[in-house]
Amino acid sequence: MLDRHAFLEKHSGPLVAAILFVVSIGGLVEIAPLFYLENTIEEVEGVRPYTPLELAGRDIYIREGCYVCHSQMIRPLRDEVERYGHYSLAAESMYDHPFQWGSKRTGPDLARVGGKYSDEWQRQHLIDPRSLVPGSVMPPYAFLDKTKLEFDRLDTHLIANRRVGVPYTDEQIANAQEDLKLQAGYFLAEDFEGFEERWPDVSYPAFMDKREITELDALIAYLQVLGTMVDFSTYEAENPDNLR
Amino acid sequence: MSQTQTSPGKPVGIDAVILWIFLAIGSMFALIIAAKTPDDLMRVHALIFLTAFIIAGFAMIARQYKAQKDEGPYMMGIVKVGVGLSAFWGVVGFLVGVIIALQLAYPNFMYIEEWGWTNFGRLRPLHTSAVIFAFGGTVLITTSFYVVQRTSRARLAGGIAPWFVFWGYQLFIIIAATGYLMGVTQSREYAEPEWYADIWLTIVWVAYLLVYLGTLWKRKEPHIYVANWFYLAFIVTVALLHVVNNLAMPVSLIETRSYSLFAGVQDALTQWWYGHNAVGFFLTAGFLGIMYYFIPKRAERPVYSYRLSIVHFWSLIFIYIWAGPHHLHYTALPEWAQTLGMTFSVMLWMPSWGGMINGLMTLSGAWDKIRTDPVIRMMIVSVAFYGMSTFEGPLMAVRAVNSLSHYTEWTIGHVHSGALGWVGYISFGALYCLAQWAWGRKKLYSNALVEWHFWISTVGILLYISSMWVAGILEGLWWRSYDELGFLQYSFIQTVEAKHIYFVIRALGGTMFLVGALIMCYNLWKTARGDVLDEKPKQAGGKAPAMAPAE
Amino acid sequence: MYETLSQIAQTGGLLLFVIAFLLVLVYALAPSNRAKFDHAAKIPLEEENSDE
Repeated sequence: MLDRHAFLEKHSGPLVAAILFVVSIGGLVEIAPLFYLENTIEEVEGVRPYTPLELAGRDIYIREGCYVCHSQMIRPLRDEVERYGHYSLAAESMYDHPFQWGSKRTGPDLARVGGKYSDEWQRQHLIDPRSLVPGSVMPPYAFLDKTKLEFDRLDTHLIANRRVGVPYTDEQIANAQEDLKLQAGYFLAEDFEGFEERWPDVSYPAFMDKREITELDALIAYLQVLGTMVDFSTYEAENPDNLR
Repeated sequence: MSQTQTSPGKPVGIDAVILWIFLAIGSMFALIIAAKTPDDLMRVHALIFLTAFIIAGFAMIARQYKAQKDEGPYMMGIVKVGVGLSAFWGVVGFLVGVIIALQLAYPNFMYIEEWGWTNFGRLRPLHTSAVIFAFGGTVLITTSFYVVQRTSRARLAGGIAPWFVFWGYQLFIIIAATGYLMGVTQSREYAEPEWYADIWLTIVWVAYLLVYLGTLWKRKEPHIYVANWFYLAFIVTVALLHVVNNLAMPVSLIETRSYSLFAGVQDALTQWWYGHNAVGFFLTAGFLGIMYYFIPKRAERPVYSYRLSIVHFWSLIFIYIWAGPHHLHYTALPEWAQTLGMTFSVMLWMPSWGGMINGLMTLSGAWDKIRTDPVIRMMIVSVAFYGMSTFEGPLMAVRAVNSLSHYTEWTIGHVHSGALGWVGYISFGALYCLAQWAWGRKKLYSNALVEWHFWISTVGILLYISSMWVAGILEGLWWRSYDELGFLQYSFIQTVEAKHIYFVIRALGGTMFLVGALIMCYNLWKTARGDVLDEKPKQAGGKAPAMAPAE
Repeated sequence: MYETLSQIAQTGGLLLFVIAFLLVLVYALAPSNRAKFDHAAKIPLEEENSDE
């Protein structure tokens, strides 16, 4: 054995192999089990893939680097649950490619921001944060309100998501652009029945009067769905299957 | 290799032919993508690639017809360019840091409301990547090329390949940086560049490993010096981390956007396995390579304990790789993984301090050098900062502490005591050394300017980390404090407003660090040119010169 | 599966790593290796400076 190490000191190839072996152990032991252990993700009802409009909004959330200041992960600590709502479940981000848990709260957690404020509040706040929250240090996002959302090729984004495991149906992909228009309230959208079939629990505006869909519309649709999917009346936290 | 021939009309080496073909194929790809893509951002990036490949092609032709100057036993040209670019990227990274620090203190600073490119969310990845990958990465490539040549007593292997590694890496930086500004990101912290930039970096990195190994294979010294082990661990492990963490499905082969192969909890752990080991193997193992060469060399004393360095090496790389889950305490990550991450993080304290002791004690018997050579002082203080932040790190990885510190400015303070103190100072020390050694200068242009650099930036670091500690602990406590009726006492925005003064102090500290780096740039420039400022010797105070013992 | 793995980790795995660590330690501290390490430690100081 003593000679073995001397061997490593004189032979770079085996040294590299030894390094690779040593650093692989930790990763394999910690990460690999998460992929097949049944109890990594709880069984809950309600979690669905993002609609085309929400996915487009999520792309903007990522593009603008919102995750550098906002977490989406409520820890099971008393103050966090009181401030933000029920602690986050693994199941709630099971379709998030990539995850958006974040690591810093320069702004508040957004895991359950959906439905907390009206669309109008969100719009005004994103355009000029300090007009509603004087002490805020958030950048203004007025330009999103003036940028037309490009979604001609959004179906390819759904397809890419399906390739990595998000269960989008063929119909959802084929109608991605139309469904996006309808959810945004675009004045020419019309396939209401089809939409309700493809996206059973998703609501759309009462008045179809939108003349132009902006990036801000998509971002707000994404923010408004955050944390709203799980029906917590059906979730049993104490069930042994859900203890991790 | 063909490099040993010195005549101007030297034959074209096989290395150059391969690179030429590679550049030609690459240019074709870039051209096709630029023409066909529906994605404007992809077009910009394809054109940047194309421009870089064309420039590289012409540079190679020019090189054939130029009388080769860099023909000594060692390849020093690449080290010289590396010193210059390291200093440049350092200033850029620190400057962007100061800008975003000011944006948090004064939210409308540098905001262009109609145009999102300078928003905090886009500039922060630019800052982190500029300091870690542009500055840190260039320092690591430069110093590793210097160290492996010197300790192997062999010229860099692969002919033109080291230059491909060097400029290929710079191209990656350009693609990453322009991408952040335009909004091209996959939102994985410290791994934001999209899939095509990741593939490019993989190619460059494999070439880097081959050049490094090739040089070791040519070495005239049977023993591989310990600094090279650390550099090797850095190169190999970063390759592994980079490839696994960036597995993603592009929307198409001619568009920027991709979706991570993993989702949710698996994705989170993969990312923080990467993220923590970017700290462990990029910012620690790589820079420990610098420590193990430059401190002994500068102090003209062998490392304190070579045996300790062996134990240090194996225990550090084994334990570090497990610590990632401490970034995910109390999250939806299964608890057994969190516990494992915490345990190993606490164990990590031992090898870290073993390494620190080894670095510091190298000066035992020559402590006076800390006083007489400001470059040595900078490197020793760097190792002290390493000890401090590797003490703080395991502490913050304990779940109870983490419940307070996570998500707060405390983390930012911790990161910067490691980044500014450890990584920054050991790099500055190495750059000062290389400005002398690579250009063959007997002295630095000015030791007094190094003193100025040292003191200004040290005060800057102290302002930075202490303000972030206070801000972080303050907000962590305020978030969880209750009034007498049992309600949360503070709204979130109150905690934001309370941090204003600390944000201002932090920006001041960062500015001082930037000023120090600018002083260094001037000093490096003058040293490389061969100028020496006429300075009075340090002991000219009348007290017993030269004999003063360590205090 | 998880139970089996953690069983292995807590017994054989742990033992294996303790032994591996002790072997590194023995190697590093063995008196017979002292001369070799002393030489290795001086590598940075002994290189010739032929290019200067």
